[in-house]
Amino acid sequence: MSSETAPAAAGAGMQGARPEAPAEPTARQPLWQQAARWEVGLVVVLIGSLIFGSSESSTFDSQTTLFYGGINAGYIAIMALPMMLIVVTAEIDLSVASTLGMAGALLGDLWHHGWGIWPALIAALVVGVLGGTLNGVLVAKAGLPSIAVTIGTLTLYRGIAEILLGSQTIPGVGDRSFPVWFTKIGVVPVPGTHLSYTTVIFIVLAIICGVVLHATPLGRSLYAIGLQPEAARFAGIRVTRIKFWLFVASGLICAFAGILLTAQNSSVSYNAGYGLELNVVAIALFGGVSIFGGKGTVIGVVLSATIVATLQMAMTQMTIDPNVQEIVIGVLLLISVVVPSIGKLARWSAARALRSRPLQSVRTALPLTVRTK
Amino acid sequence: MTAPAPAAPVQAPGIPRMARFLRVREAGTLALVLLVFLLTTLKNHNFASSGSIQQLLVGASLIALLGVGETMVIVTRNIDLSVGSTLGLSAFVVGDLFRSQHIPVWSGFVIAIAIGAAVGVVNGAITTLVRVPSLVVTLAMLYIIRGLDSKLVNGSIVVPGQVPHAFIEVGYQTVLGIPWLAIIVAVVVAIVGYAMRTFRPARELYAIGSNPDAAALAGIPSARRVFVAFVTSGALAGLGGALFLALFAQVDNSAGLGYELNVVAAAVVGGVAIFGGSGTVVGAALGALLLNTIQQGLVAVRSSSFWDEAIAGGLLLAAISIDRLLALRVARSLRSAEGAHREL
Repeated sequence: MSSETAPAAAGAGMQGARPEAPAEPTARQPLWQQAARWEVGLVVVLIGSLIFGSSESSTFDSQTTLFYGGINAGYIAIMALPMMLIVVTAEIDLSVASTLGMAGALLGDLWHHGWGIWPALIAALVVGVLGGTLNGVLVAKAGLPSIAVTIGTLTLYRGIAEILLGSQTIPGVGDRSFPVWFTKIGVVPVPGTHLSYTTVIFIVLAIICGVVLHATPLGRSLYAIGLQPEAARFAGIRVTRIKFWLFVASGLICAFAGILLTAQNSSVSYNAGYGLELNVVAIALFGGVSIFGGKGTVIGVVLSATIVATLQMAMTQMTIDPNVQEIVIGVLLLISVVVPSIGKLARWSAARALRSRPLQSVRTALPLTVRTK
Repeated sequence: MTAPAPAAPVQAPGIPRMARFLRVREAGTLALVLLVFLLTTLKNHNFASSGSIQQLLVGASLIALLGVGETMVIVTRNIDLSVGSTLGLSAFVVGDLFRSQHIPVWSGFVIAIAIGAAVGVVNGAITTLVRVPSLVVTLAMLYIIRGLDSKLVNGSIVVPGQVPHAFIEVGYQTVLGIPWLAIIVAVVVAIVGYAMRTFRPARELYAIGSNPDAAALAGIPSARRVFVAFVTSGALAGLGGALFLALFAQVDNSAGLGYELNVVAAAVVGGVAIFGGSGTVVGAALGALLLNTIQQGLVAVRSSSFWDEAIAGGLLLAAISIDRLLALRVARSLRSAEGAHREL
């Protein structure tokens, strides 16, 4: 009996971090094939939401929609890119929105104290990098759980933003207003297109992330880290260093998003982007990134961000109240995990039904033999 | 084959040591609460007044209550992010029933708990039956319930005059100087805390969180236990909604907004390991008390609350780091105790 169960237990124990991962056939398929199914679904949903939007609202098929969709969702989508890279390595960064707020607050505070715009922008990016560095040190170097660490830094960074700005909005009364070239990104599209600056920046960053994740050894190693950190380490992947730099990059990009949001709004207060971290996580997860790591594609996240932005614009134009929009996002997120899982479960339980039959007979037979002794 | 043999003698000296360590962990949180309280009182003598202490208890009680359920869930290596939304939904529905149906006061509590438990059933069923990560399920539920709540509220905020007086009394009446709210929460903490120490099904939550595979092999019905943990967490969040209504006497759609991360933070500060397997509800409740004491202490000392988020965040990071150091030390001493038995 024990010789039967011992190897099974050892095998299962290796996967302890991923309770839903029974050894299953899909794991052996090439990654693009696994992902393709989910992304095809996303494309269908996207087309559906586009049709839905244009049939329900006469003003939906317009450049304005495209532009304001980017204004509303662009800076959130930008944060979803480093988030998805981090989640692929089976970590999470909940401090993204607070890093955005901290960088924006520092920018505002320095501007308030008479700094030039460029030094203030650089300082905002630096504080983002520092924030990411603290996360990286605590998670990668000290080995603390990222979810706990980044809930801590979520509060800490938002607190620093609050210390910097208090209850004031910058520019306030008596402040210089931000330069026109800086704030115009909230009102005019990128020249020659109808896209907002945030949209274009998101696309550029997505391409960079896509190339890094899907076409470089570094990108492959992220999946390896997410699937099996121990094995990845023994294979010579510098797990600690890669995780550390991912958090630093996340801090930098979120600070950049904070600058963009400040420019779009032409002003900043300490609670900019408050509570957005869970939206960012939701976009990444809806894009097919597994919360347990090792799975997800950039194109999925791009599609997911586009769907969310499209639905938001459509529902806003139909004057559907924003609360229903929340329900829709929640339901989509739920579907995104439940549907693939049900298919997997059906296959898995069918396989288990086959396997468990002989095992069961052993189990029932054993007490009898003991008793006869 | 040889693996089980050395495991047994290792655990025998380990268990009392571990228990002592856990006791120290809660004592540490309590000591910090007292330290913050003393330091603040030195600066501002009014902080030690009975009114101020009542405020400390009342202010911590909602997060502490939600922390009890959250601890049960986290201990099983899951997480419940929907507690804040659940609290908001149950607070509004009960307030609305008081307003439109004039239901009796006691039924307000029953309905609140039932609403919360229903949410917990959905969370638990999806997590355990479909086997999807609870973080995603409860994150989705956070949005769905918050959206539902806002849809129900739709601008018609419940205001103080619409809630029966007897109900609101729960929010501010005291017994022997102790607020009712704090008593209710303390009773819940005591019951669940005792159960988590003593009763087998509750102890099994720790086993599930420590090692899910080992728990399954040991015959623990993991899915059922996790399901119950989610339902309890939901029910307590529902009860929290009723207490929220009693405390503030008014509800709009922002009730409980953002509570989920505060609750997790309180649990982690109180020594609940985010990856399951260890931590107590008393610790989580003390964590909530500590965070609230610091927050109100800052207000009392500086008359400006701008610093409290930053300090709460720093404290949380410190708590995680210290826990890690202590755990490493315990592991090292266990290993040296085990050294004699190990031949590899």
